[in-house]
Amino acid sequence: MKRRTFIQTMATSAALTSVVGCSRGAAPGSSADGGETMKVGVLFSLTGGLEIVEKSMHDSTLMAIEEINAAGGVLGKQLVPVVEDGASDPRVFAEKARKLLISDKVATVFGCYTGASVKAVLPIFTQHKGLLYYPTYAQGNECPSHAIYTGAVPNQQVTNFIDWTMKNLNAKRFFLVGSNYVFPREMAKVAKIFLQENGGEFVADEYLPLDHTQWGPLVSKIKELKPDSIFSNVVGASTVAFYREFKNQGLTPEAIPICSTVTSEVETQAVGPEFVAGHYSSFPYFQSVDTPANKTWVANVKDKFGANTVTHHAMECSYWQVHIFKQAAEKAGELDPELMRKASLGLEYDAPGGLVRIDPDNGNAWLTPRIGQCQADGQYKIVDEYAGPVKPLPYVAYGETEQNLYCTTSGLDTTKFNPQEQQS
Amino acid sequence: MLGSLLSGLSIGSVLLLVALGLMVIYGTMGVINMAHGDLVMLGAYVTVFSQRLLHVPFLLCLPLAFVFTGSLGWLIERLIVRRLYSRLLDTLLATWGIGIILQQVIRLTFGPELQNVSVPVFLTGETRVGGIGMPSYRLAVFLVSVALLLGVVAILHRTDLGMRLRAVSQNPQISACHGIDVNQVRAWTFALGAGLAGAAGVMVSGFNAVRPTMGSSYVVDSFIVVVVGGVSSLAGTVASAALLGGVNSVMAWLTNDVLAKAVLLLLAIAVIRFFPKGLFSAQAR
Repeated sequence: MKRRTFIQTMATSAALTSVVGCSRGAAPGSSADGGETMKVGVLFSLTGGLEIVEKSMHDSTLMAIEEINAAGGVLGKQLVPVVEDGASDPRVFAEKARKLLISDKVATVFGCYTGASVKAVLPIFTQHKGLLYYPTYAQGNECPSHAIYTGAVPNQQVTNFIDWTMKNLNAKRFFLVGSNYVFPREMAKVAKIFLQENGGEFVADEYLPLDHTQWGPLVSKIKELKPDSIFSNVVGASTVAFYREFKNQGLTPEAIPICSTVTSEVETQAVGPEFVAGHYSSFPYFQSVDTPANKTWVANVKDKFGANTVTHHAMECSYWQVHIFKQAAEKAGELDPELMRKASLGLEYDAPGGLVRIDPDNGNAWLTPRIGQCQADGQYKIVDEYAGPVKPLPYVAYGETEQNLYCTTSGLDTTKFNPQEQQS
Repeated sequence: MLGSLLSGLSIGSVLLLVALGLMVIYGTMGVINMAHGDLVMLGAYVTVFSQRLLHVPFLLCLPLAFVFTGSLGWLIERLIVRRLYSRLLDTLLATWGIGIILQQVIRLTFGPELQNVSVPVFLTGETRVGGIGMPSYRLAVFLVSVALLLGVVAILHRTDLGMRLRAVSQNPQISACHGIDVNQVRAWTFALGAGLAGAAGVMVSGFNAVRPTMGSSYVVDSFIVVVVGGVSSLAGTVASAALLGGVNSVMAWLTNDVLAKAVLLLLAIAVIRFFPKGLFSAQAR
């Protein structure tokens, strides 16, 4: 009898847990249109497992909005951020995006971090003819008509990384590891195609759930297979357990370096720099980028959010894309999202990490690929850097080149690449 | 293969570590403590706090966290759980609420971001035991969980409190007739269970991300261990932790971690189907 009640009550509690949904109210907007203010949506996770990274992106978006308001606003109007919480759940993202577009009628939305949340909101932006500025590095293989992507795509983060690793770390055999969802799987697919083209090979590819913490068996497997390098797309809190287990099992970055497309300064701080030191990451921006513009920006961020705050790639994009939006709105002269997207194309901005440009064809960003090696203090020493920004090619893994573009202003050319045929 | 058995042992010892406190409270008091995972989380934050502000060495955080979460457990029993005995659903709801409050308090004081705990150098890297390399930290987790287990056994079977506790868990009315202060015994039991959760939190903080929501996965894991092992049996908890850890590790080595987790849950279902009272159940009377 005891056991039965035990199990019953467990079932009840599970049901209760699933009911909990958090929502934070929107900031009060004043007059909707034509007045002295302009509503913009800010949609990141402020609760749930991904708040760790997304909170910093939320903060830097609001920081940019404040700066723009202090300098007179956009088209003479003050920006009013309508803040929504995506709660680390793609379904909540979709619901909030719909709310922002339909009932708040925002001019644009700045938001989203994971590929899963973007996939959930994109159809809504297309349907309601809205505009999304998406600040995160992505897996490519997307050609959205109602969004501007300001983070890196594979030819700015993966191509250069694998090439550099093979040449400079003398790596031939790669172990691919990632979290189990669309971004890591697609990134691994891209990496495999590059490896094949360049005469490398992969010895295994493994995917673990997002919150996985028992890395013992997987790291033992790495030890047995002895790859030259690990290509990692591990996301979120399980990054911590991964790097810690790696060192605890006696593996060193000299023997098997972890090359990550996800572990930035903010994850490094959480893992503890002593566990990450020596490993590599590839991003177009590192806090250590040595330019006066970046030094000023980092100082401003620390001033505002505390001396222990670190800056990272997605946070930097969250910041400068708001300034691109300002230019776009002023160029378009009115607040129609479709006209503003068109106006965004080709715009340039002197971002903390160097010059960036919105590509006139596919609406992704021109960024400068960089590779950093983690140091004992958790900062990255830049070991490889391109001379200038590189044109984004979201379909590079499928044969896209600068001369032969798949994604243009008229959408994806399905005669060159058909996503339906690529399902595997 | 040998390596995967060893890592199974270490997974098992983590399971045992987090399930021990839950088992003490449920097995002897019949209260399902939904705040258990959050007490583990609190233990981890005690480590973060004492390292950062008091500069206490890592291993000394163990007694600190034990005392801190234990006192908190004592308070929880005194103020809330005491009023709800023999109302299973209500205790469940109340302790779950306490868990949410703890999570929010931590979120408001430490912020939502991941915290990191530094581990002493001698606990990183490998230790050679008889020619086989074992991660030192895993070895430490194993030793701590064995020590805590022995501690619990000693308390239950060698002390006056343990004797009273066993008497109360068998029949509170008759124990009261014999002059045992039932309320006091229950308060101390709850404190012991909560303290064990806190100590588990310290060890967990060394290899896992410390954040306000970290408790939820541990509460699920430890419930599975306790259910499979038999809810009121210490030996069962040990056996099921070892079994589940071993199966998880060997399956992960043979196939992959996702499949291993599925096999684990299937195994738990099978055990409950054929041994509804768990692997080791107390004799029915």
